[in-house]
Amino acid sequence: MEVTQAPARAKRRGPDAPFANQYHAWLRTMVLIRHFEEKAGEAYALGQIGGFCHLYIGQEAVAVGTLAALRPDDYVISAYREHGQALARGMTPRSVMAELFGKATGCSKGKGGSMHLFDASINFMGGHGIVGGQIPLGAGFAFAAKYRGTDQVSLTYFGEAAVNIGSFHEALNMAGLWKLPAIFVIENNGYGMGTALKRASAITELYRRAASYGMPGVEVDGQDVVAVKQATDDAVAHARAGAGPTLLEIKTFRYVGHSMSDAASGTYRSKEELDSSRQRDPIVLLEMRMRELGMLDDDSVKKLEAEVIEEIADAVKFAEESPEPEPGALWTDVYAPATT
Amino acid sequence: MAVLTYRDALNAALREEMHRDENVFLMGEEVAEYNGAYKVSRGLLEEFGPRRVVDTPIAELGFAGIGVGAAMVGLRPVIEMMSMNFALLAIDQIVNAAAKIRYMSGGQIGCPLVMRGPGGAALQLGAQHSQAFESWYAHIPGLKVVMPATPADAKGLLKAAIRDDNPVVFIEGEMLYNMKGEVPDGEYVIPLGRADIKRAGNDVTIICHSKTVAPALNAAKTLSEEGIDAEVIDLRTIRPLDHETILASIARTNRVVVAEEGWGFAGVGAEVVDVIQREAFDALDAPIIRVHQADVPMPYNKHLEKAAKADATKIVAAVHQVCYRN
Repeated sequence: MEVTQAPARAKRRGPDAPFANQYHAWLRTMVLIRHFEEKAGEAYALGQIGGFCHLYIGQEAVAVGTLAALRPDDYVISAYREHGQALARGMTPRSVMAELFGKATGCSKGKGGSMHLFDASINFMGGHGIVGGQIPLGAGFAFAAKYRGTDQVSLTYFGEAAVNIGSFHEALNMAGLWKLPAIFVIENNGYGMGTALKRASAITELYRRAASYGMPGVEVDGQDVVAVKQATDDAVAHARAGAGPTLLEIKTFRYVGHSMSDAASGTYRSKEELDSSRQRDPIVLLEMRMRELGMLDDDSVKKLEAEVIEEIADAVKFAEESPEPEPGALWTDVYAPATT
Repeated sequence: MAVLTYRDALNAALREEMHRDENVFLMGEEVAEYNGAYKVSRGLLEEFGPRRVVDTPIAELGFAGIGVGAAMVGLRPVIEMMSMNFALLAIDQIVNAAAKIRYMSGGQIGCPLVMRGPGGAALQLGAQHSQAFESWYAHIPGLKVVMPATPADAKGLLKAAIRDDNPVVFIEGEMLYNMKGEVPDGEYVIPLGRADIKRAGNDVTIICHSKTVAPALNAAKTLSEEGIDAEVIDLRTIRPLDHETILASIARTNRVVVAEEGWGFAGVGAEVVDVIQREAFDALDAPIIRVHQADVPMPYNKHLEKAAKADATKIVAAVHQVCYRN
């Protein structure tokens, strides 16, 4: 095995200086995601949001740290726990909340829902509902970038449970074979629905799987937004240089159930385990760092919280007041408009 | 107008479209260095290079998905499946992604992809290599399904499929690749969604597609010797289905046989019959009879295989039934 391709545990590097000017923005986005998801949970309980709804609470640093490393013209695709990534990529809370409410003003005109958030204007290529199904699509965006000779990269999110499905293996093999500019992000929150990783995967150090596909594999602390940003920066630089894809195993926790229909703990994981995972909350960790650096005090935290709460309240109000799709919307967007 | 095989007509369509549009590329198993499992892509690697003619590992789901992804961001992939039987491995990407991206995204993102390859039976390939899956794809809103029966149609329809902004499942046939016929040179594009009257007639309408077109024409010849003048309609596109051509014919003939290669249960013919019973009930002088594969997995033994397949003899017998002749 080439040394440069050896799987590794990423250590957080160096001083804060290169990123510190972004900490406020990252903190704000993480707090925004947290509040957005809490509000989405409430709206679901009230019946304002239907279907399946998978919340991102606890995983905020993964979306914010990874997406901070991308350019606007890069591609992003995810699975169905994608509200946080959509917001971190730049979709507005209004657009996402209205979609959850099924309204015509939603990002997908109310036809997608929680699992199918899309915004082509920022290359957010969707939430996808079949486990692992989006991984080849993400490789396809990278294929297109290479085909066109641009230096765009494609970043694909999936949960740790998706590494056991064929699409993961097939897509990563071809991405490695063809040195596609792709970053594959395993968001390892420990559980595929109610199945613990150790009950589903023959090896649990998932970054080591990269060795099979001739690409670097890196384990990352997903509660530390700075570590996530650094590891993603490395992967992006590798891809833009034409050196091929990277597999990032970003270890995180979800504080909530798989979806709105199961409890956060009690069946497949204990309350003690959940409580201990909350000890390393990504928002608290960044706040502590910023306080140490003298960048944050109680007043600025309060101000930020107040702003975010207002922004989310506005999003809910917007979603509530937005119109339902017109009945005719049922029949549009099935096929491309006829060109002749 | 040149005489070409069906295979070379497809090759001409691919070559012309790749010259016409830099976004068109061909991807699949053995398409490049091997020149294609059925030589449809012969010479294309030499002409266009490995960037645009891409050999893949045996990973149908994976490369179909890479094609869907590339199409979502504006390329126009032609994904070759060595067999539509193998495409079952890829069907998740076609049904769950390609067919729905436009709708799920509220019209923001399209998927101009062609998945093509041979479907249905050849000769004695056994149960896993002899299946006709067009009804599976035709069931799905968001997809188009195209099945040319002649070299000219193969060229004109493949060019249209590549230019179409929707995902198109384009099903060929191993037993068709060697068929010869006149093919117009250059710009020859047949709009999708239009059936073709392969033989005009007034007594009975035989509706067929792909590999049942030749047996239907043979049947029509036999029938004409008996004084029955059959019209043969080749659907060419399964979805969208050309109701107009079907109904106009039935208004004249009042009798219908629907032939297809695949199984009858929930098959293409079932949909055709439904359209007719709804829209032309009063025009019918007899119940519609369907001809299709026996409702069993395809056997290997050649006599059993022949017994299982739709053929001209069975079509003739069905026409006798709808004409009340014995």
